[in-house]
Amino acid sequence: MNDILAPARTGWPARLAAPGRGVLLVGLALAESVLACVVAASAMLIPLGIGLYLFPPSMAGLTGLAERARRYAGQWSGVAVSPGRTRPAVPAGLLGRARWCWRTLTDREFWYEYRWSLADPIVGALIAGTPFSLVVYGIFGALVQPFVWRPIDQAGGSNWYTMVHVNTGPRALLAVPIGVAVTVLGFYCGPWLLRVHARLTRALLSPDRTEELTRRVEQLVDTRAAAVDSSAAELRRIERDLHDGAQARLVAMGMSLSNAERLIERDPETARALVAEVRQSSSKALQELRDLVRGIHPPVLADRGLPDAVRALALDGPLDVEIDARLAHRLPAPLESAAYFAVSELLANTAKHSEADRAAVDIALRNGLLYIRVRDDGCGGADLSRGTGLRGVERRLAAFDGTLRVDSPAGGPTVIELAIPCGS
Amino acid sequence: MRVVIAEDLFLLRDGLVRLLREHGFEVDAVDNGPALLDLLLNNPPTVAVVDVRLPPSFTDDGLRAALAARRCHPGLPILLLSQYVEQLYARELLADGAGAIGYLLKDRVSDAEQFLDAVRRVAGGGTVLDPEVITRLLRRNDARGTVSALTERERDVLLLMAEGRSNAAIAAQLNVSDSAVTKHIASIFNKLDLAPSTDDNRRVLAVLAYLNR
Repeated sequence: MNDILAPARTGWPARLAAPGRGVLLVGLALAESVLACVVAASAMLIPLGIGLYLFPPSMAGLTGLAERARRYAGQWSGVAVSPGRTRPAVPAGLLGRARWCWRTLTDREFWYEYRWSLADPIVGALIAGTPFSLVVYGIFGALVQPFVWRPIDQAGGSNWYTMVHVNTGPRALLAVPIGVAVTVLGFYCGPWLLRVHARLTRALLSPDRTEELTRRVEQLVDTRAAAVDSSAAELRRIERDLHDGAQARLVAMGMSLSNAERLIERDPETARALVAEVRQSSSKALQELRDLVRGIHPPVLADRGLPDAVRALALDGPLDVEIDARLAHRLPAPLESAAYFAVSELLANTAKHSEADRAAVDIALRNGLLYIRVRDDGCGGADLSRGTGLRGVERRLAAFDGTLRVDSPAGGPTVIELAIPCGS
Repeated sequence: MRVVIAEDLFLLRDGLVRLLREHGFEVDAVDNGPALLDLLLNNPPTVAVVDVRLPPSFTDDGLRAALAARRCHPGLPILLLSQYVEQLYARELLADGAGAIGYLLKDRVSDAEQFLDAVRRVAGGGTVLDPEVITRLLRRNDARGTVSALTERERDVLLLMAEGRSNAAIAAQLNVSDSAVTKHIASIFNKLDLAPSTDDNRRVLAVLAYLNR
């Protein structure tokens, strides 16, 4: 089993594996046809109420098979089939179930899968089963014919192998090379037929161009809304900080100075104290402005770019952070800033939750992607579905089509990888 | 004593030039990185007061000119001023171990006496770091538990020491006797496991090296 599942795609390993893989696909096709019937039947039972409980699990089964077909196409033939959209979980309650069923039945994705489950057992199984059939038929000719032709002939049967009427010893021997040739043909065309099958799978399961673009637009609308929201929230925060901080202090300073002006003749001592107070206030206002600017655009990032900014970040945190960052050139400013704040959030998370005392950050540009990896030797257990911090990072990266991957088993270590396209 | 001032904001440059001239310094002023580097290399002053951010790139041109000049003239006294203090830049400035370095927030200029004192101390080969640099260094070391043995008073002493103050100045600031300050410093060095030193500058550098580990 392991051999035929291993992703060998070329040469004799792939050829030898192809008939077995084909049989697996035929088995898959059988399961599809059964599930296609179950799905259709349970969909028809929806009006009776029972369908509400039968349809979701049978649909989950069909989607599981489609996922498996996609995986095989990728592993065995290198044909990438775009993954299906994940369906939302089935909600509790009758009304929720009904709504879920309606949404699934009106979703194009469902119809792609259904059309596949009808066509694949016929066309797909025929293609996928061919290598195995050829191999078996060839072995039958080469090994079995020389021994069975006589009893068949004596019983009055008409015994043909391919185009040879096998009713004499020499003719039975002629069946041997033909059988060998058919076997070899079976192995030889196996990978090619599997590729044809994979393309069929892709054609049946993939959305068309319009659907693909529709999905992309939906995703862009989402990420754009998130980007606009977060920048609006950021501006509100800055406005509030300025209003309550530096602005308020400047007003107070102006008042103190005018008091000092009034008192300077009459009570120089008090005036002097007021002026000293104003100086302290000015230094506090500057401090607040500095902190504010640091949160908007850190000075080292502006001066030196991402690698040194991350080094500066590490120097301000409590962890020992080893940094391997080599970039041939400065990145576009928005990307630089997003990457910086992502690393900042991840290191802050590490310091807060992981109990690690060492971390490492690697930054590199490869194939037009900015890769950032943050590792720590802490207790692990970071989870995208629970940590709001990680979610936030993921959401902000989404505006750049960036992705975040978390590998954090309980007990550690934690490895978080970011990949952001940077178009250079 | 000849001072070079590199600052691109006219008001601040003008104020600094006037302040220093009033106190008997001879002052040259420039407003960009290349001019500063040229002056430092070809006609090194007693001390340079340099803004980190300067034209033409408005990034860290001032800092880079200062570092380049010190590679040619090791130990050339330089006092950097900036709107921000960054641990990374402080490390780069201290990396050559030659001292004669100042790194202060621009706000500190508003106290003329302290600022002039800092210029003189850097010119004399001392190290003057902004309290903000030390506070952040201590915060980092607190989180690692490396300075937990220090008392509140010892931290105050450490902060002032890193600003380049002499024992007498620290004693005056904290309202304690000279001998109390000496005792605190001995205790700090003991707790951090550093070899004691009576040289003001050397002991500052030792403490900073320890905190920067």
